[in-house]
Amino acid sequence: METFYEWFLILYEDTGINLPFMYDDYDRGRILNGLWATIKLSATCVLFSVIIGMVGAWLQGSPWKITRRVVNIYVQLFRNTPPLVQLYFFYFAVGILIPRVENDWGGTSPLIDSFGWAVISLSFFAGAFNVEIFRSGIEAVPKSTIEAAKALGFSRLQIYKDITLPLALRVVIPSLNNNLVNLVKTTTLAYAIAVPELLYESNQIWSDNVNVTEMMLFLLFAYFILVGILVWAMNSWDRALKIPGFGQ
Amino acid sequence: MKYQTYKTDLPVMMPYKPVEIENFGSSIKFWYLVPILALILGTSAIAQSGSDIRLGTMQTLMRWMPLLLQGFIFNVLISVMAMAIGTGLGAALGIGQLSHNRLVRSSSWLLTQFFRNAPWLVLLFFAMFLLPFEVNIFGIIVPLPDWVKATIGLALPVMANVSEIIRGAVLSLPSGQWEAAESLAYSRRQTLWLIILPQCLKRMLPPWMNLYAILTMATVLASIVGVSEVMTLTGEALAAEGGRPDLLAPFYAFVLLIFFVYCYPIAQLTVRLERKFSVIN
Amino acid sequence: MSWNDTEPMVSIKDVYKSFGTLEVLKGVSLDVMKGEVICIIGPSGSGKSTLIRCINGLNDIQAGSILVEGQEVNDPELDKLELRKKVGMVFQQYNLFPHKTALENVMMAPIRVLKHDKEIAKKAAVDLLRKVGLEDKEKAYPGEMSGGQQQRVAIARSLAMNPDVILFDEVTAALDPETVNEVLLTIKRLAEDGMTCILVTHEMGFAREVADHIYFTDGGLIVEHGNPKKFFENAKDPRTKEFLSQIL
Repeated sequence: METFYEWFLILYEDTGINLPFMYDDYDRGRILNGLWATIKLSATCVLFSVIIGMVGAWLQGSPWKITRRVVNIYVQLFRNTPPLVQLYFFYFAVGILIPRVENDWGGTSPLIDSFGWAVISLSFFAGAFNVEIFRSGIEAVPKSTIEAAKALGFSRLQIYKDITLPLALRVVIPSLNNNLVNLVKTTTLAYAIAVPELLYESNQIWSDNVNVTEMMLFLLFAYFILVGILVWAMNSWDRALKIPGFGQ
Repeated sequence: MKYQTYKTDLPVMMPYKPVEIENFGSSIKFWYLVPILALILGTSAIAQSGSDIRLGTMQTLMRWMPLLLQGFIFNVLISVMAMAIGTGLGAALGIGQLSHNRLVRSSSWLLTQFFRNAPWLVLLFFAMFLLPFEVNIFGIIVPLPDWVKATIGLALPVMANVSEIIRGAVLSLPSGQWEAAESLAYSRRQTLWLIILPQCLKRMLPPWMNLYAILTMATVLASIVGVSEVMTLTGEALAAEGGRPDLLAPFYAFVLLIFFVYCYPIAQLTVRLERKFSVIN
Repeated sequence: MSWNDTEPMVSIKDVYKSFGTLEVLKGVSLDVMKGEVICIIGPSGSGKSTLIRCINGLNDIQAGSILVEGQEVNDPELDKLELRKKVGMVFQQYNLFPHKTALENVMMAPIRVLKHDKEIAKKAAVDLLRKVGLEDKEKAYPGEMSGGQQQRVAIARSLAMNPDVILFDEVTAALDPETVNEVLLTIKRLAEDGMTCILVTHEMGFAREVADHIYFTDGGLIVEHGNPKKFFENAKDPRTKEFLSQIL
C-alpha cells in the first residue's frame, strides 16, 4: 500500500500534479473523514426525506382540510425558497433557541450541532419534493385495486402500508431517483455551516497546498462516482421490485 | 391515461392530471404567505419581549429592507445572465447529443453527464478559482469581477440541464415525425430545425422555467464564495446591528419571503403551462 | 343483533341512491335468504352494480334500509370493517394486488384483517386455490395469468375471509368467452356448497340453471322478479319481455 501512495509523491515531483491526500497521511485522513461525513449526511437525509415524503403524502389524503392545508403549506414553502437560506434559518435562527449542555471540555455546546441541523434542514427540503412525488405515485394506483382491498375489510392504514405504498413506490422510482441524486449534491451546502464534509475538507487541503485545480477535479470526479453509485443502487432496487406484467 | 414524461434531471416535474385550466390569478394562492409573515412577526414579537432600549425588531428590519431588496435585484440579475449563458451553451450541447457524428455525440453526452452530476456549489468554486481575474480578448483586457465568475459558474449546471431538457424533449416526440420528414426528403438538419425543434419548444418550456426557479434559488450560493448579494448583505446587516440574536429569525425569514414571492408564481405558471401544453398535445 | 336463519340474510327495503342530482336507485326492495343464489339482470345504467355495492358499504344510500344479518348497513355508527368480514365481493376487473403472488393475494386479508396465524392462513389459501383449480399457479403474479385465472384467484381471495354472502359484480363481463365457463363453473360449485350468492350478470344460461330467484331492474326499480322457470317462460312486464328478447 505504501508504494501505491508513494507513486503520487513521485507524480508530484515529476509533473507538479499535487494530490496530497494520496501521499500524505494527514491529508488522506482528512479526505476520508470528509468522504465519510458526506456519505453519512447523504444516507441520513435520504432516509429521513423519504419517510417525510411518505408521511406527508399520506396526510395529504386525509379527510380533514386542515391537515391537507398544513402539508401543502410545508411543501410550497420548502420548494420555493433557497435551501441555503433554509439551512441558515435552522442553524442560526432556530439553533439559538436550543438549550445548551455541558460538553467534554467544560464549555457549553448546543444540543444539536451543525451536522444535526444540516440533516434536519436538508431532510425537510428534500422531503417537500418527495411528498409531491409520492402523492403522484399514490394517485397512479388504480382506485379499483384500493376498492378491492376495502371490500376485503382492510383499514385505511393497512391499505396504505400494504397496497398503496408498494405499488406507488414502483411508479415513482425514476422521479425519486432524480430527487435523491439532487439530495446528495445538495449536501455540499453543509459547507456553509462548517460541517466537515467532502467539500469542506477539500477546501482545507487546497488552502494549505494551493493545488486548487487538482482538488477541484478530484471533487468533480468524486461526486461523479458517488452519484453513479447511488444511481446504480436505485436501478438495482428498481429491477428487484419489478413485478412481471405491471406498468411496463 | 398516458402522460408525457420528460427525461430531465429536475425533481419537480409531476405527471399532469387533466384539470380545467383555471384563471391564472386564482391559482396563485397568496395566502401561503400568511404563515411566513406570521413567522416573521411572531419571532419579532418573541424577541421584543426582552428588548426595550434597543430599536424594535420590526423597525430594524424595515430600516434594512431597501438594501436587502437591492441585493435581491442583484440575485435576479445574476440568475437572468446565468440562464442566458447556460441556455445558449446548453442548446449547443443538447443538439450535439443528437448528432449522428459519434464523436460529437459522445463528447456532448460526457460533458452533460459530468456537469449534471456535479454539485452546484462545487462548480461555483470551480469557476471562481480557475477562471482568471481578467481575460485578454484581441488585445482588450476584460476584467472578470467575482460576480461574473460566479455567473459563469452557475451557468455550467444550467448548461448541462438545458442539454438534458432538449434531449428529453426531442426524444419524447413520436418517431412518426422523423419518418414523415424523411419521406418528404428533408435533410436531417432541416428536420431538426424546421420540424422537431419548433414542436419541442412547447415541451421544453415548463422544465426550463422550473430550472430558472431552481437557478434563482441557487444564486444565494454566491454568498459562500464572497459575492455580494442578498445573503451577504443580510450577514453584513446583522453584523452591523451588533449580532443581536433576536434579529436572526426575522431577517432570514424575510429573505425566505422575498424568494418565495418571486419563485412561487413561477412554479405555479410552470404547472399551468404544463397542463395547457399537454392538453393541446 | 340477534339474527336467525329464518330471517333473510340480506334485506333491502325501499332503497334510494343518488349520485349528486342523478337518482340511480328509486326505491328498491329485495330479500335474500341464507343459501340462496340471486341473479340481478337488466340493461346498463339500471342501477344493478350500484345496488350491490351498497350492500357492503362501498356506496352509501340516501334513503331506505339494508340489513345484513340483521345489522343495518346505513347506520353511521357501523364498523364497516366488521361488515366486510361477512360480505365478500368479486369485481368485474378482478382487482388483484399486482405486486403479490396468487397465494399471497389469497393469504393477505386473513392475516392482516382477521389476524390469523401465517401458517394456518397459508394452508387455507393453498386449499382454496386447489378448490378453484389453480393449485399450480401459487407463485404466479397476476400479470402472468389470464383473465379467467385472475378472476378465480379473486374468488378464492373472497372465500379466504369466510364470508356469509358473496357479491359478484358482472364478474365475467371482462373475460374471453372461453374463460367465462371456468369462472361460472367455480361459482356454480360454490353455490352447490351452500354459499349465499348475489350476482349481477348477463349470463342468462347460468342464471336459468343456478339461480333460485331472478330480479330484473330497469331505471332504478325492480320491474319483475321470480324463479327462473317463471321468469324466462312467463315474463309478464313488457319491459322484461323486450329485454329478454334482445339477449336471448
